[in-house]
Amino acid sequence: MRISTFFYTIRQGFRNIFRNKLFSLASIATITACLFMLGVVYAIVLNAQSMVKTAEQGVSVTVFFKDGTPDDRIKEIGDEVTKRVEVSKVVYISADAAWSGFKKEYLGEYADGFTENPLANSEHYEIYLRDVSMQNSLVTYLKSITEVRRVNQSEMIANTLTGFNSLIGYISIGIIVILLCVSIFLISNTVTIGISVRKEEIAIMKYIGATDFFVRSPFVVEGILIGLIGAVIPLCVIYFLYNNMVTYVTNKFSMLSSLLKFLPIGTIMNTLVPVSIGIGVGIGFIGSFVTVRKHLRV
Amino acid sequence: MAEEKIKKKRKLKRRSLVDENEIIVLDRVSKSYETGSPALDNVSLRIRHGEFVFIVGDSGSGKSTMIKLLLRELTASEGSVNVLGYDLNKIRHHKIPQFRRKIGIVFQDFRLLKDRNVYENVAFAQRIIQTPTKEMRKNVPAILASVGLAGKYKAKTKQLSGGEQQRVALARALVNEPILLLCDEPTGNLDPKNSWEIMKMLEEINATGTTVLVVTHNREIVNTMRKRVITLKKGVVVSDEEEGAYTDED
Repeated sequence: MRISTFFYTIRQGFRNIFRNKLFSLASIATITACLFMLGVVYAIVLNAQSMVKTAEQGVSVTVFFKDGTPDDRIKEIGDEVTKRVEVSKVVYISADAAWSGFKKEYLGEYADGFTENPLANSEHYEIYLRDVSMQNSLVTYLKSITEVRRVNQSEMIANTLTGFNSLIGYISIGIIVILLCVSIFLISNTVTIGISVRKEEIAIMKYIGATDFFVRSPFVVEGILIGLIGAVIPLCVIYFLYNNMVTYVTNKFSMLSSLLKFLPIGTIMNTLVPVSIGIGVGIGFIGSFVTVRKHLRV
Repeated sequence: MAEEKIKKKRKLKRRSLVDENEIIVLDRVSKSYETGSPALDNVSLRIRHGEFVFIVGDSGSGKSTMIKLLLRELTASEGSVNVLGYDLNKIRHHKIPQFRRKIGIVFQDFRLLKDRNVYENVAFAQRIIQTPTKEMRKNVPAILASVGLAGKYKAKTKQLSGGEQQRVALARALVNEPILLLCDEPTGNLDPKNSWEIMKMLEEINATGTTVLVVTHNREIVNTMRKRVITLKKGVVVSDEEEGAYTDED
């Protein structure tokens, strides 16, 4: 292929967008709308999953030791527990720290009547989990340690969070797959209609000896450009809307501020940018390639 | 070895069907569509290099089918179609563009690219054979001047009259210097004055050595020009005369 032909093809692809303004606008609008919906759902799902994850990380298992367990052994158990895959963080609370915490939280000035620590032998570990669904395996392990007197766990919270997380996962996959299918259907339909109205033009090119490649290339360039524009617009809109929405929701529901911890826009965009551009450009390319092929048999 | 000999013999036999001087050879060609009677029935004809031929006949006589077969838009149901040395029954799909580039084609409805101007329409034919831009800038204005459209190269095709649009189509067909020019009812949408101008141009083009085949049912033109006339009726060649005419009996 001559360089001039290559640039001609690119130029024609750009020109086609302006020549067929109505089709171009319809295609770009369809792609924009579909990818915007997809982006919004993705942002919501990602934030919801992140919030559940944060809640999960707050769930801990408490381990108490039998009377007379030497401090060295308690430290050794702490080290072993820290190394386990289920564990994200281990916090040691001494008997004194436990008592002062209790005093501060529940007794206040009434604590002055106590001369000795009533919580002696209550040193313990608060163990935070990476994934709350792993709680049972950790508890089984902890209970198997001879020096362990008691293990406190919140089975109900763990089960609820695990179930909720799975539910969000399934729902989000379902919604995203449906949206993706609808997007692909709508976008390819728009591209198909846009190209079909130009089948006469394709036939003329073929009659005067244009190769399939020569006829198809400007259409493919056009399809890719439309896909790209249709992907970039919703990304920009989501980028600028996201922070405003986060601020609005945080202010409106300030009492839930500890729970509503939104992800930064960068985290959302990390996946959304390549996925949206991939879908837009991919559908533009495949849609135009396949549709033009139908009309090339002249 | 035996197989090779048979192949060579077949090749020689095929060559012998086509005289070097003949650029269109239809040998017992029939074309049937899925429904209805055959559009062409056992048609044989030979057109030599440099001839000017009219194909005439009423609607449904098979003229358009013949043009489509010659362009390899359709393939024959039976028989062989050989154009410019290409066996159109066997030509590979990727070779069709190369074949069509040697043919100029003019349609009744002009078939110009509506969203492009006159220059771009003609230049497009040069573009597809990858003519360098420098040459294209010389060739396109020259061919437009030869069809009397030198001053209208910037005009959009919809701004032109029917006669002018047909001239653009003619310029597009001629710019790549085709060996064969196929014209499917080139005057069908034109008034008598423009029709004659187009026919004069076709005669001039033929005088330079280009073979011209015109499908028409314009009796006045056919009977005035006195060229070779092949008459089709219900898919069959009923007459083939040098300096022929298109009469009511046809």
